[in-house]
Amino acid sequence: MFAFIEGVGLAGPGLRGWQASRSIFAGKQAYSRAPTTVAASELLPAAERRRAGVPVKLALAAGHEAIANAGRDAAATATVFTSSSGDCDNLHYILEALATPERQISPTRFHNSVHNTAAGYWSIAMQCRAPSTSLCCHDASFAAGLLEAVSQVAVAGTPVALIAYDHPYPEPLNSVRPIHGDFGMALLLAPQATERAIAALDVAFMPQEMEASRTADPGLEALRTGVPAARCLPLLAALARGSRETVILEYVAGTHLRVAVTPCL
Amino acid sequence: MQPLAISRYSIVNCLGAGLRAVADAMREKRSGLAPCDFETVKLDTHIGRVRGLEALPVRSDLGAYDCRNNRLAQLGIELDGFAGAVSQASDRYGPARVGVFMGTSTSGILETELAYRRRDPRTGALPPDYRYTQTHNTFSLADFVRRYLGLQGPAFVVSSACSSTAKVFGNAARMIAAGVCDAAVVGGVDSLCLTTLYGFHSLELTSRGPCRPFDAERDGLSIGEGAGFALLERVETRPEAGAIPLLGIGESCDAYHMSTPHPDGLGAMSAMRLALETANLAPADIDYVNLHGTATRTNDAAEDRSVWELFGGGTPCSSTKGATGHLLGAAGITEIIISILAIEHGLMPGSAHTRRIDPAMRSNYLIEPRKARVRRVLSNSFGFGGSNCSVVLGTAG
Repeated sequence: MFAFIEGVGLAGPGLRGWQASRSIFAGKQAYSRAPTTVAASELLPAAERRRAGVPVKLALAAGHEAIANAGRDAAATATVFTSSSGDCDNLHYILEALATPERQISPTRFHNSVHNTAAGYWSIAMQCRAPSTSLCCHDASFAAGLLEAVSQVAVAGTPVALIAYDHPYPEPLNSVRPIHGDFGMALLLAPQATERAIAALDVAFMPQEMEASRTADPGLEALRTGVPAARCLPLLAALARGSRETVILEYVAGTHLRVAVTPCL
Repeated sequence: MQPLAISRYSIVNCLGAGLRAVADAMREKRSGLAPCDFETVKLDTHIGRVRGLEALPVRSDLGAYDCRNNRLAQLGIELDGFAGAVSQASDRYGPARVGVFMGTSTSGILETELAYRRRDPRTGALPPDYRYTQTHNTFSLADFVRRYLGLQGPAFVVSSACSSTAKVFGNAARMIAAGVCDAAVVGGVDSLCLTTLYGFHSLELTSRGPCRPFDAERDGLSIGEGAGFALLERVETRPEAGAIPLLGIGESCDAYHMSTPHPDGLGAMSAMRLALETANLAPADIDYVNLHGTATRTNDAAEDRSVWELFGGGTPCSSTKGATGHLLGAAGITEIIISILAIEHGLMPGSAHTRRIDPAMRSNYLIEPRKARVRRVLSNSFGFGGSNCSVVLGTAG
């Protein structure tokens, strides 16, 4: 299945946007880890801005950067959101409240507990009524999102914004499911090669054992293995290098995705 | 889109286990809702509970996945010859050519709710027997189903609240059209848990008695649980299946509010229009609309408005949530299967517990079941986050 990347968005530890991070991925600048910084999106109405948790901010920041880089209209672009866990802080508060005798949970916390919270806030922020889906595939959530997004581009023939994000759980869930940092990324995928296309992707599902691509830098590699959404890093590195490469992403239970990246000149 | 054969399907919810039980309940207009007696929940509300799950652990080789949600999945898979049909499809196409696209909203969160009561008083740690990945994680359901059925194709969970298990039909249709797989197991499960019971209560959206969709005095929803599964294949490879084809699917967002539908039902209308467009049909081609019809004041009013705008006041429609309760993430697959039963049995379901239709409603709402030829059905599923999905089933053209 083919798709063309027109825009990339990124918000991660020491990775402040795609433009600022390209030289790190290309090996021209050292990677140094620093806390992820994302502001509450100005695009959200005041009430929604107050209610938005970190995962929503990650998704909005990355998605907005990718759409802006591609020069696309967010209101008319379909979206695929993918996350291994959703809003982990919010969930923890609900679980703590349910373990008390009163069991009082706030209505806002409850509606923010759905896995498609980021998609809901995005649609409100962007006034977007286009189709949207929200996926989970545990550690392989990025690969699942890429497969779904590219299949939409290939079958529906319309552009799709893929937005992947993850945020750590507080304790005690952090101990049983550690996620090592805040990470959000987005790709604007289009069916045809426009003048904005950065690279062409050919994505294939491979039901077999393969060796997943890694990142050369030890810091980035720790990020890749520490945060499910950061499993995209070898693909971002290939895009930053601007070379023809094949990236292997681990998918579910021993299966993989083979992603052939061809830069557009 | 290319129609897909829904070559086998199975269902379980508070009406009973299997297609026969649900079809009988529809004919008799029976409801499975009863006063809430789940766990230690003390809420004055009715629920649609599946009895006996406590005594039905999951298959021992998958014991790590044992939780209420996966127990319901197993129960559903083993009904109506579903597991056997998947096994034949796996032999026909190869296990790596059969995808698994599941929907759930809360997965096995009940396990975590219970574990939070058993935290170490000194360290706060969760009990050592708690298994996050196999129970709580949203992907747990698809992981379990894929392993249970021995499939090796692409898999993921769609979790878009109450539209989840309608939307998976779209994922499967795209994956099959793109050639990533030849067949797909779709559907999903939601099971009773404290998060949704107390959560909907906090929003003042739960009814005290059994829910009464489209009733003038409706006062909220009744939460239910259940599972439903469907096997999708290309029509041309399964002409003998004689199944009800999936004709179209439409997905949209409200872009309005996280938990309140757009008052004019704009997102809902757009999903229904897209579903008809992909099916290459006009509103007049639809014989019956299975509504989302949660029995909240806002959902039913907005949905009535959008259905009336699109179909006018002639097309019969009803919500079956007075019978099943709102199965949340499993509502889509449940009502798609109920729609298939409507076509097969020539029976448009009535609306259990609805006494007097809200005079403000303008669509042709059925309180009593109606015997009639049903060729094509449109089924609606809407969720939090303004996530809408409509599915069209039946004979093409």
